[in-house]
Amino acid sequence: MNLLTVSGPPSSGKTSVILKTIEAIRKRGLRVGVVKFDCLYTDDDELYEKAGIPVMKGLSGSLCPDHYFASNIEEVVRWGKRENLDLLVTESAGLCNRCSPYIKGIKAVCVIDNLSGINTPKKIGPMLKTADIIVITKGDIVSQAEREVFASKVNSVNPQAVIMAVNGLTGQGAYELSTLVYDEDVKVETVKGEELRFPMPSALCSYCLGETRIGEEYQMGNVRKMNIGEDND
Amino acid sequence: MISIKELEMKKIKDLENQYPFILSFFENNKLNIEGFEDSTLNEYLNHFTEEEIEEWAIDIPKIKSDLEFYINQMIQFLGLEKDIINSITILPGKDKYGNKENFDSLTIKKSEIVSIVGPTGSGKSRLLADIEWAANKDTPTERTILINGEIPDYSMRFSTGNKLVAQLSQNMNFVMDLTVGEFLELHARSRMVENEEEVILKITEAANELAGEKFNLDTPVTGLSGGQSRALMIADTAILSKSPIVLIDEIENAGIDRKRALNLLVSEEKIVLMATHDPNLALMADKRIVIKNGGIYKVIETDSKEKEILKELEKMDKIINSMRTKLRNGERINSY
Repeated sequence: MNLLTVSGPPSSGKTSVILKTIEAIRKRGLRVGVVKFDCLYTDDDELYEKAGIPVMKGLSGSLCPDHYFASNIEEVVRWGKRENLDLLVTESAGLCNRCSPYIKGIKAVCVIDNLSGINTPKKIGPMLKTADIIVITKGDIVSQAEREVFASKVNSVNPQAVIMAVNGLTGQGAYELSTLVYDEDVKVETVKGEELRFPMPSALCSYCLGETRIGEEYQMGNVRKMNIGEDND
Repeated sequence: MISIKELEMKKIKDLENQYPFILSFFENNKLNIEGFEDSTLNEYLNHFTEEEIEEWAIDIPKIKSDLEFYINQMIQFLGLEKDIINSITILPGKDKYGNKENFDSLTIKKSEIVSIVGPTGSGKSRLLADIEWAANKDTPTERTILINGEIPDYSMRFSTGNKLVAQLSQNMNFVMDLTVGEFLELHARSRMVENEEEVILKITEAANELAGEKFNLDTPVTGLSGGQSRALMIADTAILSKSPIVLIDEIENAGIDRKRALNLLVSEEKIVLMATHDPNLALMADKRIVIKNGGIYKVIETDSKEKEILKELEKMDKIINSMRTKLRNGERINSY
């Protein structure tokens, strides 16, 4: 089985890109399944189901979604094996731009869109910088110049990645993407013992533990203050 | 090939002089080099504390390997000759029912215009994608695309700087919060052109010739009218985009001189493909590709009769345009 981790900011078009790409892959007779990770709510699983794609969803709820991903990916891979998939795609939203679910040795795709603003490549951390393939969506509604500028900014933060434009509506580019995501020589049996490409940030402050009150005396653990020129002593 | 070992020993200021584009790498990777101009790259990268590295997700080995890759990529990119694509050739594949496409071979040379006609969903975007990907019987249509009559080097499929096709369509908008001048400057920088100001001026002048109403460098791009936006997009694509092929997906008639727009693209030696059902545009092309059921069904050459009819159409178009100008100026329409 091949494993592909797809992530990207919310509403960047991950699901559309994955659906169109799977459409192209299935024509080659391959069995593809998807596991959708989200935070509070998703109905994307219905879209996959409608397309006849085996799908599982996991909602992280009160947990950091990327931590949740890392805690569940081994079981997810086992599910994919039981389902006899040739390709298992995980889809997760990058919510704070600091983490990424990518695993060393497992192909990683980041989906970002042309509408997200010219400085977005700068704002996204490891999720963009350590991806193998970067898919840029929504190119059909911005000017050629903006597409070129955006792609060149993306290239400067991850020059080694393959950068492609895919249109999630018409599917333009999805076939081409489909040729890059499956390799019959790759056999993923388990991800146990594999390593994340980039460590997740240390968290755990009082608010992680359910504190709701505001004020310095309630803040413990990993707390940081903005430097706003006030005398803090 | 420049290796990271060589780069590591060089001072930041020397790197800046030698590879000016390195600044955008530093900037986009949020590496603030201020005050480190006299340090070597290695000294600079090693100055980060453990805390900073974790804090800002700085991955030093990855930065080193990316920088090495980036510099070599840019050197290669800058060394490429411009306009090395003189023609593209489409060899037939099949339509979605498996029927062989009904033409032998279609070659489009630079400065040539070919229109594409056929109902929505007939396969226009697939054709375009085949061209952009330089298909080699490896796409659903099994078409083959030749460049300058030959099978191209497929590494270009993944090159960000050398995309084959630039696209212009009716639905495209400017979304950046910039003035025309800032916008063009940004685009020119990303293309690394040397004579920035000259190019910016040239584009603005060309765009103003196409648009009904003039704008200047201080106009915000999001404040341009539909016609002005399209004029600027076309002028910018013609002059600043490196892609040798331009695909136009319908240009609306309002507020822009379409004939001039096409002439501008042609004069910049572009290969122009134009999806349109407007006879004024479709007949301007030397040939038109008819798409049906996902395949090329026919290639029609525009004949002399059609060219004559086009002249009549152009007259009508002129009349309508002059009326539009009158309306805009608050005049009455009393004759034509």
